[in-house]
Amino acid sequence: MAHKASELELIKLSKRYGQVTAVDAIDLSIPSGSYCCLLGPSGCGKTSTLRMIAGHETASDGDILLGDRNITLLPAAERGTAMMFQSYALFPHLSVLDNVAFSLKMKGVPTAERHGRAQALLERVAMGQYARRKPSELSGGQQQRVALARALITEPRVLLLDEPLSALDPFLRIRMRAELKRWQSELGFSFVHVTHSQEEAMALADQVVVMNAGRIEQVATPHTLFNAPASEFVARFIGGHNVLEAGGQKISVRADRMRLARTAPTEGASVAAQVAAVEYQGTYVLVELAHAAISEFSVVVPEQEFFAAPWQAGESVHVSWASADAHALA
Amino acid sequence: MENSYMKTAASPMRARWRTHGLPGWVQATPYSLVFLLFFILPLGLILAVSFWDATEYEMIPAFTAKNYLAIFEGCSNTAELCVSFKTYLSTLKFSFLAWACTLGIGFIVSYFLAFHVRSSGMQTLLFVLCTIPFWTSNVIRMISWMPLLGRNGLVNDFLLSTGLVAQPVEWLLYSPFSVVLAFVHLYTVFMIVPIFNSMMRIDRSLIEAALDAGANTWQILWNVIVPLSRTGIIIGSIFVITIVMGDFVTIGVMGGQQIASVGKIIQVQTSYLQFPLAAANAVILLVVVLMIIWGLTRLVDIRKEL
Repeated sequence: MAHKASELELIKLSKRYGQVTAVDAIDLSIPSGSYCCLLGPSGCGKTSTLRMIAGHETASDGDILLGDRNITLLPAAERGTAMMFQSYALFPHLSVLDNVAFSLKMKGVPTAERHGRAQALLERVAMGQYARRKPSELSGGQQQRVALARALITEPRVLLLDEPLSALDPFLRIRMRAELKRWQSELGFSFVHVTHSQEEAMALADQVVVMNAGRIEQVATPHTLFNAPASEFVARFIGGHNVLEAGGQKISVRADRMRLARTAPTEGASVAAQVAAVEYQGTYVLVELAHAAISEFSVVVPEQEFFAAPWQAGESVHVSWASADAHALA
Repeated sequence: MENSYMKTAASPMRARWRTHGLPGWVQATPYSLVFLLFFILPLGLILAVSFWDATEYEMIPAFTAKNYLAIFEGCSNTAELCVSFKTYLSTLKFSFLAWACTLGIGFIVSYFLAFHVRSSGMQTLLFVLCTIPFWTSNVIRMISWMPLLGRNGLVNDFLLSTGLVAQPVEWLLYSPFSVVLAFVHLYTVFMIVPIFNSMMRIDRSLIEAALDAGANTWQILWNVIVPLSRTGIIIGSIFVITIVMGDFVTIGVMGGQQIASVGKIIQVQTSYLQFPLAAANAVILLVVVLMIIWGLTRLVDIRKEL
């Protein structure tokens, strides 16, 4: 499964349900062998986009190219994509082995051969000894591995994952997240992962695609996304940012790059506010501020610094930042 | 659990009831009584009476296999089937035909309702439509076939007027055909309801996963939908087979009282007050039906293993 020319490209792709436009003429290019996260709140069109790529939803307009093929109108199985479903969609009446071998059975591959190949893939995801079990006898994490093996047996060029971690408990979610990343780098083909968790996207993606109301707000690496959010929506959605107005323009400043002081600083930008609440978070302290013109205003103060001169709710405070940390928003 | 309730004194026990509810065996009592009174007791009575002796005018409590022997009299003759075997064979034949037809139609209708009707409002409407035949009684629904199928009925009129046949078709009414037709008409809903119910529980993403794996419509039907509708198919089959095996009214009316069935034999025997003989027949019928159900569940299990 080497790097074939399997760049995934969406061109003016749209999805309309009657009067409602779920995906509005988006353009996107996902390089081969990369981990791409489609990130956004529910109803932003990320799942519709994924399902159009998978072939479970027909595009109302636009094209989907995979490598040198236009796959827009091909049936799901002929696209070179494989989908891992939200709740894994393992066949409850089939054993783990038969689940993985299912697509080979549909192609008419003889039993011995298909079971051999399925077993090999199960060994690869460390599920070899569970081959005879039913999906209901497995934990969430094990089910995810089986779902992965089932997707891999079709030798896809792109793996599509629809909120694959949402069915897991928080502890397992972090472990399986690491596993997904490891598999992607081992297998070397593209993963397109839909999520509404910015934390998940940050941890996994080479490329994060932030979507809102059927449009793409920004495409960037997690680092760029966090340091240079393109719009107010992105800055607010990924969190850790304060959005305020300075010089007639909206800017965003990272919450951990702001400084709190009891006296107004002599130079640089600053704003006066009041401490609304203080939340201890372990390595840092979150100081929530009240300001008439700034909503959701908070500053991250390192633990040591905070306890050197603790803040109380109700205190007046001057918030300042270096002009280099202020980032103009579109 | 039970023991601890018995050991504790009355007042702490009542306190515990308030917090944990009544003990399990108390909660189970009403249904157990109903079950005992209306199922176990009559069944036990039939079993007991089947071993009693009888003359033309009275029943004599006894323990004799006489009734069973009478039923199977002559059945050791290999040259020709005895009356009992013939009757059972005929009843089994009707059960099989009715089962096969209701299963086929019931599955197709359920599949259409569950997977091709998109809006749930339309689904409900069509489902209610399926139950409309139940707004009148069984007998009326049977009799309503007569003007249609009779010698001078609508079907024969049509066939004669178009010149397709020269003589009225005789096998339309009072024939095995009309009996099976009536069974299918009466009992297909008993197939549709449980199969539709299992189909509605199938996660739609499983269908998409199968499409993703390259399965075509027939492969999805056979590899995903049929095995996952298994419970509904078995329940529907049990309904239809048990009803048809014990039927005597439909076979009587639609067969023009000319076709024998096990139910008919039992009914005739009870009307001549031959209760021990009827009871023995009933016990045999029960055993046969239980064996069919057992075999049915095994059959489906075996298919799943392949």
